[in-house]
Amino acid sequence: MNDANNKWIGKRTIRPDGADKVTGQATFGADTTMPGMIWGKVLRSPHAHANIRSIDTSKAESLPGVKAVITSVDVTNYPLDKPVILGIQDMRWMTRNVMAREKALFHGHPVAAVAATSQKIADQACKLIEVDYEVLPWVVEIDDAIKSDAPILHEFIEFEGKPSNIAGTLEHKKGDVQTGFEEADVIVERSFTTRPVHQGYIEPHACLVSVSADGRTTIWSSSQGQFMVRAMTSMLTDIPQSSIRAIPAEIGGGFGGKTIVYLEPLATILSKKSGRPVKMVMSREEVMRASGPTSGSKSTVKMGIKKDGSIVAAQGTYYLQAGGLPGSPIRGAVGCAFAPYDIPNVHALGYDVVSNRSKVAAYRAPGAPIGAFAVECVIDEVSEAIGMDPLEVRLKNAAKEGTKAAHGPVYPRIGYYETVEAALSHPHREIPLGKLQGRGVASGFWFNAGGESSSQVNITEDGNVVVTTGHPDIGGSRASIANITAELLGIDYKRVSVLIGDTATIGYSNLTGGSRVLFASGMAVTDSTEKVIVSLKERAAKIWDIDPEAVDWEDGYARPAGANAGMFDPLSLEELAERATETGGPIGAGSQLNTAGAEGGFATHMCDVEVDVELGIVRIIRYTSFQDVGLAVHPSYVEGQMQGGAAQGIGWALNEEYIYDSEGKVDNPGFLDYRMPVCSDLPMLDTVMIEVPNPKHPQGVRGVGEVPLVPPLAAIRNAIYDALGIRFYGLPMSPPVVLEALEQREAAE
Amino acid sequence: MSKLHISTIINGEPEEFLCEPEETMLDVLRDRLSLTGSKEGCGSGDCGACSITVDGSLICSCLMLAAESEGKKIETIEGMSDGETLHPLQQKFLEEAALQCGICTPGMLVAAKALLDENPDPTETEVRFWLAGNLCRCTGYDKIVRAVLDTAQEIREIK
Ligand code: FES
Ligand code: FES
Repeated sequence: MNDANNKWIGKRTIRPDGADKVTGQATFGADTTMPGMIWGKVLRSPHAHANIRSIDTSKAESLPGVKAVITSVDVTNYPLDKPVILGIQDMRWMTRNVMAREKALFHGHPVAAVAATSQKIADQACKLIEVDYEVLPWVVEIDDAIKSDAPILHEFIEFEGKPSNIAGTLEHKKGDVQTGFEEADVIVERSFTTRPVHQGYIEPHACLVSVSADGRTTIWSSSQGQFMVRAMTSMLTDIPQSSIRAIPAEIGGGFGGKTIVYLEPLATILSKKSGRPVKMVMSREEVMRASGPTSGSKSTVKMGIKKDGSIVAAQGTYYLQAGGLPGSPIRGAVGCAFAPYDIPNVHALGYDVVSNRSKVAAYRAPGAPIGAFAVECVIDEVSEAIGMDPLEVRLKNAAKEGTKAAHGPVYPRIGYYETVEAALSHPHREIPLGKLQGRGVASGFWFNAGGESSSQVNITEDGNVVVTTGHPDIGGSRASIANITAELLGIDYKRVSVLIGDTATIGYSNLTGGSRVLFASGMAVTDSTEKVIVSLKERAAKIWDIDPEAVDWEDGYARPAGANAGMFDPLSLEELAERATETGGPIGAGSQLNTAGAEGGFATHMCDVEVDVELGIVRIIRYTSFQDVGLAVHPSYVEGQMQGGAAQGIGWALNEEYIYDSEGKVDNPGFLDYRMPVCSDLPMLDTVMIEVPNPKHPQGVRGVGEVPLVPPLAAIRNAIYDALGIRFYGLPMSPPVVLEALEQREAAE
Repeated sequence: MSKLHISTIINGEPEEFLCEPEETMLDVLRDRLSLTGSKEGCGSGDCGACSITVDGSLICSCLMLAAESEGKKIETIEGMSDGETLHPLQQKFLEEAALQCGICTPGMLVAAKALLDENPDPTETEVRFWLAGNLCRCTGYDKIVRAVLDTAQEIREIK
């Protein structure tokens, strides 16, 4: 627990990987080479939707310098009629996503790949590949995709007995909304849209793969999970997992977008065919056209409230874009939407809609920001309708320990109420607002996640510590692991070195994602370290010839547990390490766990905006996030998650969107036109960490990374209403949209 | 077309290389000289991950032809620390956790150093506008801006 006596947990230590990252020495996905290495490139579909009749690669193959050319026939097929599930992915879709099979499903969909001795030759070779396409009618927007006469992407997908672009549904029910709405004094029903947004990691996807003559495969790549890379590559190449060593490079941002493979299987097959190591790096344009994003959506939310502020019924319907292959995050949208509230009657329904866009990938609390956006906007409106402060309404309806959520669980001790309380009493709320300025609030929830994690803690011969875990460190998790280990062992933080193992050196560990890493690996490392401490006590007992029970471990020393245990000088970690051989051999312990009890994360955000009515620009002038962080093992990196999530939410709310041209092609596939927040767009982002320790974790950790992206969209929209008196029902609220709304109002007046 | 022979000074050391006429400075740094500290986030001048200075001016190396470096002085992230002694900006970035994934960090540091070399006492707004060409998707910029302001103050106090 985070008490004042902690030496390392809760301290702002310097991250173990920091020096390499500020000197340019850290090696990311694109930073390695191998002797004999050649370059791979992907040929992509120029059509949004087309049958692939045939592909002729002969001209490309005969170009000097070309070493291998592959198409979908080289990638393991998973027939459409049988699901093959790996984690949350279905390999039927993954094989068709990495390389188009029967059809190209979006502009930019890979149709072939080449490996050649230079990037230039690889580019030329791509141009020599002849693909015979039968161009098909295409559809990108949800409304068009669910029309009865819409072009159908996949004939085998049926909804209500007919081929359809609705690929799946998910429903949560609690109580009876009909009866609930009858009890309400005020009912508000509104419809919303959000646009697809990209995860926007600055490092494009990159990998380097070497397959040797005996099939041993080494993959160096930037991903959110080396074990995911190994498993997916194995399944798409038929190379057994035992022959694949996936090495995690430093990862330059992922936010969910690197939880699946794009390039690794292609580079593996190209390397196998060519007998050379193959490097592949996406351009930014390829990243934007063919990786991620998260779904665009349309939704309708209806809420009924009594005059006393109790919400009695809530209903939400969400349609989420999946892209060309099924699998949008409807679970996050319908599951998280109403989760902060104790509402007796809830009905939430989600539809997974395919259309001719790139397949969506996870993005920070997948689906939850979409779910919350509609709900938190409607709460603002019902609060206004009954004349109650929107934070007071949230406080009154806040879910607490014992509340049964519509998505299933009964909450243990959670900290949602505390986030609202903190917002209500924060000085931010008292700051006077000027002309064209407004203040908005919103809340959010994310499930968080546990699952599989492995760790190994070894004591070196000189009495220091090496910890290995299996999770790519995306935002400072090594620093937190070092804090925990140093605390438990009672030694200086600097004596602990934390490494991320590859798939051959550490046991299976699930993805870095879902806000699970510190929760799960913290448990595994605690377990390993506790085993090490048991072993250290046994060794001291042996040296002193007393019972191990009579030995305490304290501040890095073994000590006799009391006067009865005997009078011995304490033995330090160094001394015990030195005498390891005589006391039983090397000192170390591993742990392989399937963790449970992650428990939900909650946040409430408060945001002040100022609207430039000449330009339509909404400027964020003040921002404060209140979050139940469980326990902040490393406060700086917890704040960093809160700030980063808020910034991404600001981008999503105000500027970011995919724009398609009249041919079904993304029109803004670069950072110039896909406008993410830059430094001068933002103010300081204030954070209030509220620590309600997770009772199911040894240190009290809750996931903190996802939930910061859930509240911002509605908080900003509600703030704009406060500033302008105009309610927006779609994102982004970009300058042209704001100007148009202002003009419309003027025309109406 | 035959390769060009270029002589330049990189991080204080004379450096010669051969390159294609169309090769960018970033490609040469990364692929020919193994200076992979400069990153490619976009290749179009929009992210700043490839920031370097040329004769003291801050530029995006993805927008510069390598051949243009003939006779010029190039500084990259690899030249920022003095052996084991980190530049005060590097040190402050670590202390204040101004990086998460770290991919934008080399570019941020090179850009921030160029700012402080020119303006040792910038306001928050000046820092924000100077760094507006360096995208960071992880941090929301808060800790980066604070680290730059705090370093500036520290350097002023030492002087
Ligand atoms: S890579 Fe040069 S600005 Fe992005
Ligand atoms: S720290 Fe990841 S992009 Fe800046």
